[in-house]
Amino acid sequence: MKISAIITLKKDVLDPQGKVIHQTLDGMGFKNVNELRQGKYFEIDVKEDDPKAAKEIVEDMCKKLLANLVIENYKIIEPQ
Amino acid sequence: MKSSVITFPGSNCDRDIHVALTKFGFINRLVWHNDNELPKSDLVVLPGGFSYGDYLRCGSMASKSKIMKSLINFAKSGGMVMGICNGFQILVETGLVPGVLLRNKYLEFICKNVFIKIQNKENLYFKNLNKDIFEFHIAHNEGNYFCTRDQLNEIEDNNQIAAYYCNINGKTDEKYNPNGSLKNIAGVFNKEKNVLGMMPHPERMIDQSLSGDDGALFFKNLINNIK
Repeated sequence: MKISAIITLKKDVLDPQGKVIHQTLDGMGFKNVNELRQGKYFEIDVKEDDPKAAKEIVEDMCKKLLANLVIENYKIIEPQ
Repeated sequence: MKSSVITFPGSNCDRDIHVALTKFGFINRLVWHNDNELPKSDLVVLPGGFSYGDYLRCGSMASKSKIMKSLINFAKSGGMVMGICNGFQILVETGLVPGVLLRNKYLEFICKNVFIKIQNKENLYFKNLNKDIFEFHIAHNEGNYFCTRDQLNEIEDNNQIAAYYCNINGKTDEKYNPNGSLKNIAGVFNKEKNVLGMMPHPERMIDQSLSGDDGALFFKNLINNIK
């Protein structure tokens, strides 16, 4: 079962890459951006058919490796 | 005195620290990350470099290496563990020292000499040093120290800040902050002060004719403290 996870920086953590991307977009004429934050996206095909169990496995992965909870949040997206 | 340096795929300061430790009297062993057990050691060093190509987050993959189980046990039972540069990044990923190392504030790889002021000398790393300000080298892309407000209060209350970036006179101003680190923090200890993580490289300053000898002072003092 395919589960996705999105890792984003917490609100009060500086995101210099996001800032530079924002500035570049601004320079290209995209003047309508309030804020831009960069994150990470994972697609994980878990050997598990039960959606609840699969989600729990990915959540455990997020906590233990994929995200650093000091600076990042994770969000798990269940299959449609 | 016995020391061990752990080599991960992508470590590149393992030989430098090996040379430094050996020069000042340690009997050092290079230990492969895939080994199960640490050899008997008075000091273990996690060296600088780019372990696992800095994939995911710097140090995150190395922090789950096979040898780390033994290293974490060693640290938790009071063994001395020092992480330099990528080694510091690995230590924060294990949770042995608090905080994280973010991308440098101005998105530049920084490679230069800096001054640091030793903040806490009540530990085996810095005890008996006869000066406070050291010139060490830094070379990193992710050295921007960050921690939560609660963690900061905790490390300040427990005297866990090891060193600050400063100028030649020891002034710790934002002007002398190379990478955007919170409060100019260059290195931190765990609560018990047996684990030290720092971005600057003392092993690059062990020869007057090459760079400087503040690193030599550090290592000479370190081995005397451990003896």
